[in-house]
Amino acid sequence: MKDSILDLLSKDARISAAEVAVRIGVTEAKVNELIKELEADNIIKGYKVIINEEALNENIVRALIEVKITPERGGGFDRAAKRICRFPEVTDCYLISGDYDLRLEVKGNSLRDVAAFVSEKLSTIDGVISTATLFLLKKYKESGKILEEEEEYERLKISP
Amino acid sequence: MKDSKFPHNKIAEHIRKIPRSGIREFFELVIGCDDVISLGVGEPDFVTPWTIRESAIYSLDQGHTSYTSNQGLLSLRREICNYVNKDFGVAYVPETECLVTVGVSEALDLAMRALVNPGDEVIYSEPCYVSYGAEIQMVHGVPVVIENTAETEFSLDIEQLKAKITPKTKILMLNFPCNPTGATLDLRQLEEISRIAVKHDLIVFTDEIYSELSYVKRLPTIASFPGMRERTVFLHGFSKAFAMTGFRIGYACGPAEIIAAMNKIHQYTILCAPIMAQEAAEEALKNGAEPMEKMRREYQQRRNFMVGGLNKIGLKCIKPKGAFYLFPSIKSTGLTSMDFAKRLLDEQKVAVVPGTAFGSCGEGYIRCCYAASYEELAEAMKRIETFVENLKK
Repeated sequence: MKDSILDLLSKDARISAAEVAVRIGVTEAKVNELIKELEADNIIKGYKVIINEEALNENIVRALIEVKITPERGGGFDRAAKRICRFPEVTDCYLISGDYDLRLEVKGNSLRDVAAFVSEKLSTIDGVISTATLFLLKKYKESGKILEEEEEYERLKISP
Repeated sequence: MKDSKFPHNKIAEHIRKIPRSGIREFFELVIGCDDVISLGVGEPDFVTPWTIRESAIYSLDQGHTSYTSNQGLLSLRREICNYVNKDFGVAYVPETECLVTVGVSEALDLAMRALVNPGDEVIYSEPCYVSYGAEIQMVHGVPVVIENTAETEFSLDIEQLKAKITPKTKILMLNFPCNPTGATLDLRQLEEISRIAVKHDLIVFTDEIYSELSYVKRLPTIASFPGMRERTVFLHGFSKAFAMTGFRIGYACGPAEIIAAMNKIHQYTILCAPIMAQEAAEEALKNGAEPMEKMRREYQQRRNFMVGGLNKIGLKCIKPKGAFYLFPSIKSTGLTSMDFAKRLLDEQKVAVVPGTAFGSCGEGYIRCCYAASYEELAEAMKRIETFVENLKK
């Protein structure tokens, strides 16, 4: 039942408990109780909006940054990663396999903003060996959602 | 038709006798209407899962544009037989006991033509898919109708079945989960129907097109019951479960002699199903289980939503265990099915199909298909409520 609730909420976080209740066939109170549990268990971390920034016409600049780090004995990459995560410019941070260690997504108001963050903040952190910045040119899909949907194809109104 | 000079009596007599489809009539009314929310369709609102579409594109990309063997690609038939064995509990031989057709409609037509002699009686139950009665007439068979009712939740009325069997009865036609009622059969019914079929030496056609869309534990097909494999034609396809209506791929599994006879007709009339659609169907069986299950869960939630809504506004409706249709009673409004559907379309711009399109015992009911988005369903429910409220004034 929790799976169904998570499924519905991940498609539309604004769906009401009453509606979830109707769809999965339990009471509203039960749905509220289960959502509370999911939140308490740290499974639901928050409720977020997917914004098509291009449509907003705001000149937000995003970049992916690959970061190479010297791991520490005991802590591995955790300490450096946690420190990097504290910067509000960093919207996502992953430890990855391959040539680099961390992959960040960074957000700024201009190219210069992002460049300054990389050269002044990120690269000066202890343990950061090198960085590679890849500016995002266009976003096609985010969190499973295609941002510019094509026009819908219309089927017949009546069929057997 | 009246303006044409072509003499009507030149049209073949048995075709002339087939009444105009009730659904066609209503379709033409809807065509002239804008901004209609439609609960009138008989197909999924989902687009075919991408992995399946992509394989059709790949097929074209690779230049696969030829005929296939009449029976269909052997690789597809192998996948089909494997799937039917695993999911429905009957093992068929891909080489001799499986035929790929252009939709289940063709498979049904072939089976009828292969087995019915003029005058043979074919028993089927109404309300049912629009083609069954006409199909029997087209092969010069005699349609014998069982009328299922709300009292038995539109499931097969076995007492009527027993009463309708005569020495001329050759075939029993089943379609559960059922279009338009969503009704299903339970284990006890399946057992009893198979006992009756064996006792009276009937051939059973089972149209299982909605089988995957079951909202309770799915039972094995009737073909798997004792004495049934040798007398059952198992009809199935990809349209509903995999949202592939436009691909037109169906299939029949059954005894080799029947499949060979069906293939004889198929090779002279259709030759083979389109190759790119066959390749897409193969992909559906290989990698379509997950998207199909997602769609099934979605339908189930929509069903819950719609059943609650219709009952709340006084259109009594059972909670069907399969397919994506609801068949609520509109008797409380005092209108006929056709009037209800016409006025609902006219006054609130919601399209449903009058129950009479599926047989005369569908009078007093409408078919609502819930294969539509939540937004549409919610808006349609609001409008139906307003319509019903206005009727009371």
